[in-house]
Amino acid sequence: MVERRPFLTMLSHAVLILGVLVVAFPLYLTFVASTQTSQAIVQTPMPLLPGGHLIENYTAAWNGTGGGSGSKAPVGQMMVVSLISALIIAIGKITISLLSAFAIVYFRFPGRMFFFWAIFITLMLPVEVRIGPTYKVVSDLGMLNSYAGLTIPLIASATATFLFRQFFLTVPEELVEAARMDGAGPMRFFKDVLVPLSATSIAALFVIQFIYGWNQYLWPLLVTTSEDMYPVVIGIKRMISGGDSEMQWNIVMATAVLAMIPPALVVMLMQKWFVKGLVDTEK
Amino acid sequence: MEKRVFFRSAWLPWVLMAPQVAVIALFFFWPAAQALLQSVQQSDAFGTSVDWVGLDNFRNLWNDDTYLASFYTTAIFSTLVAVLGISVSLLLAVFADRIVKGALAYKTLLIWPYAVAPAVAGVLWLFMFAPSVGVVSYWLRALGIDWNHLLNGTHAMTLVVMAAVWKQISYNFLFFLAGLQSIPKSLIEAAAIDGARPWRRFWTMVFPLLSPTTFFLLVINMVYAFFDTFAIIDAATQGGPGKDTAILVYKVYFDGFKAMDMGGSAAQSVVLMVIVVALTVVQFRFVEKKVNY
Amino acid sequence: MKLKFAAVALAASCALSAQAVTEVQWWHSMTAVNGEWVNDLAKGFNASQSNYKIVPTYKGTYDESMTSAVAAFRAGNAPHILQVFEVGTATMMASKNAIVPVGKVMKDAGQKFDPKAYISAVAGYYTAPSGEMLSFPFNSSTTVFYYNKDAFKAAGLDPEKAPGSWPEVALAAAKLKANGHKCPLTVAWQGWTQLESFSAWHNVEFATKANGLAGMDARMKVNSPLHVRHIENLANMAKQGLFVYKGRANVPEATFVSGECAMITTSSGFYGNVKKNAKFAYGLAPLPYYPDVPGAPQNTVIGGASLWVMAGKKADEYKGVAEFFTYVSSPEVQSASHKRTGYLPITTAAFQLTEKSGFYKENPGTDVAVNQMIRKVTDKSRGIRLGNYVQIRTIEDEELEQVWGGKKSAKEALDAIVKRGNELLERFEKANKKG
Repeated sequence: MVERRPFLTMLSHAVLILGVLVVAFPLYLTFVASTQTSQAIVQTPMPLLPGGHLIENYTAAWNGTGGGSGSKAPVGQMMVVSLISALIIAIGKITISLLSAFAIVYFRFPGRMFFFWAIFITLMLPVEVRIGPTYKVVSDLGMLNSYAGLTIPLIASATATFLFRQFFLTVPEELVEAARMDGAGPMRFFKDVLVPLSATSIAALFVIQFIYGWNQYLWPLLVTTSEDMYPVVIGIKRMISGGDSEMQWNIVMATAVLAMIPPALVVMLMQKWFVKGLVDTEK
Repeated sequence: MEKRVFFRSAWLPWVLMAPQVAVIALFFFWPAAQALLQSVQQSDAFGTSVDWVGLDNFRNLWNDDTYLASFYTTAIFSTLVAVLGISVSLLLAVFADRIVKGALAYKTLLIWPYAVAPAVAGVLWLFMFAPSVGVVSYWLRALGIDWNHLLNGTHAMTLVVMAAVWKQISYNFLFFLAGLQSIPKSLIEAAAIDGARPWRRFWTMVFPLLSPTTFFLLVINMVYAFFDTFAIIDAATQGGPGKDTAILVYKVYFDGFKAMDMGGSAAQSVVLMVIVVALTVVQFRFVEKKVNY
Repeated sequence: MKLKFAAVALAASCALSAQAVTEVQWWHSMTAVNGEWVNDLAKGFNASQSNYKIVPTYKGTYDESMTSAVAAFRAGNAPHILQVFEVGTATMMASKNAIVPVGKVMKDAGQKFDPKAYISAVAGYYTAPSGEMLSFPFNSSTTVFYYNKDAFKAAGLDPEKAPGSWPEVALAAAKLKANGHKCPLTVAWQGWTQLESFSAWHNVEFATKANGLAGMDARMKVNSPLHVRHIENLANMAKQGLFVYKGRANVPEATFVSGECAMITTSSGFYGNVKKNAKFAYGLAPLPYYPDVPGAPQNTVIGGASLWVMAGKKADEYKGVAEFFTYVSSPEVQSASHKRTGYLPITTAAFQLTEKSGFYKENPGTDVAVNQMIRKVTDKSRGIRLGNYVQIRTIEDEELEQVWGGKKSAKEALDAIVKRGNELLERFEKANKKG
């Protein structure tokens, strides 16, 4: 960092390791459970070290056999659906929010704050409460069982707009004035100055929105009418028996781990972009 | 917080906002209005017979002691979740930003739990904390603590607060990290050269510069605690024991979703929305003054 | 030339119209191995005839699929068949314009349908006061008693003799505790096992109006002296550490399988889990009862789900639904389903077929559930149908938890259940008076 303070560095590592242990422990448990037999998992307490069934569990999970899922959609296909939906949602949300936040912060027009609050209020009503009427709108528009139906209603949220608004407010005015003096119009400014500056925020939001889209459960359940449009989280949920019948916990966990790999990749790739963004935009 | 410099254009801002406004008008406001309309109606589950009942649904809420008690439960829960969530992640983010070795590993491992699907997360927490078979309960008992969140209200509240905070740590951590990493290194170096020690540097420089992010997370965490935590309650305690962890939004979800009581659920949603909008206005009005842009 | 072309075209169009199979949509909530069972049923039916094709779609848990169905219905594209859990029966019944009674569907389609062929304790739950069957019993289970034979042996109890009465259960629990057992007894689905099924098993009212089957103006009666006595007994056992509360719904089942709790009352559907995962000798027995109550043991009450037929579909599609129901209730298919899943057979013929096949001898304990149901039912034991029942079950959980936690007495809790439950029942009655 700035100066060398070994004690502080040691403390940092200690705190971080503790943090990782606490935060990542459930993940570790998932992994351990995915390498055991399902009988071992229900004993008290659950074993804490990985077992020896990794290959067979993961093969079963991937092929959709042995999970007792009764699912006709193999995991691979569901992951593709999840991937496409997550990408559309993340990119869609970031795009429209960048534009809206830009308009709200950098322009004066009647009803400016009204629109900000209107956008913001979308955070205040959980999806489950309005899901019935939303379904009707989607159905009336003929968007059922399509990627459009899966993704567009989920783009309606304010988190991204709010974040960009926060960020844009910190951009020094000198930059805007400089651009204006150079004769650049607002869109030029947006494209060449604002967006590059927002790189870290965009990267962070991309991770969040991708995972949000990836983990969608309830909305796809409602809006799809055939199982081949099911994203992967539904596949996991249907293996978790809500009733009393026996469950293959180990296969469930293996599927869950498989389902966590693409988001993990996104997180790691975005990390690189963080650093890159920083280096490029050193103010 | 008003920007002094802005662009002039009669039509451009409308065009820029159009996509988002269109989407939220169609997919939020229109359905939301219909959902909230149900608060003054009473209908059967399928909507084949609908009655207008005025404020009856609201009156029923007011007369229900357990509903009023859940205001208190919600206040405690939300405060704990927001405060713990933000402070822990800030701490982790500051330290993660400091170190060079192993940075990528730490950051990935701290952000990754956010990728756990909520369905799986709920199950994992039950696994860990089940009073007898859970791994963590087992250790707690070894330490002499008789963990029983099924009958002990405090244990139950601890459990759900921990589960809710856990989920948010990754989220907050990610944004704090982004905020920290967008602070120009030159500023930090200049302060260090001036002789300011890390602790002072943090509070007089880094934290104020981080305040837009902190404000963002404060609002988002509060909204999260009020609105998005019912899945965790449902997975962990279902509001029990008794009603000790029955937060307002859980009842909204339960009534509307499991019990098919749309009118009651919509009325509760209205109440909840009013509360949170009020809280948000307060935050914007009073807390945002302290934010440095 | 032209003739040949016409002939080919005719043949082609014949082939095409023969392919126009009527699809019947079936939304269900069966997960894991039961999901496979559903798919196999559909496959079997589709293979057995060529006019109709049943398409099962997993639509989430019972409440998720209910929400899906409500949303779809309001948008005009509901499925034909919907699986609804037993506590949603009153809700479905009250939505008169949204459903078509199964009895009517079968009659209109000309399918032979004899309500007497069905086990009355199973089908009665889903039958209207007039005798018309409203929904088709599909996956029904009932309340039974499981116990850990190895733990019994270690405590000096006879492992082959299950405690048949509640006093015997208490004695067994005391012996287990003396032997060092930390959790002699626990219960799952406490509302269902300790209040609902308990009432039917002792032939006492759970609610007025034949537990709600005879009218929407039913009111709860669970604070009767017998109920108070039973909950007080359990509360006392809890104080002595003989009964340990392990959570709502089926969460406590894990403690039985792991060997932690030695006795548990829960669903008969739990059997498959126990068979697979228990590392000890176990036994199944009928639910315990109080021998001094006249009429006990009567029969227990079912849980599970049934299939409802949604309104607004074409006559031809309803025919397909009817044929599917006939297929599913045929003795062979029923018997196979019963053996595979542990759910109760819905017809006496299926039960007899299973018995003849020697299944019960090879799998001891699997006939306990059925034997509890093959009885002539009374008005108080036919079943339960109350509105807003999901919420009432939660109230039961909340109040009972306060008893186990020592915060309320049994009488206070049961009185509270009656008071809060009746408020909900009144509201339900008011909301559904019309139509």
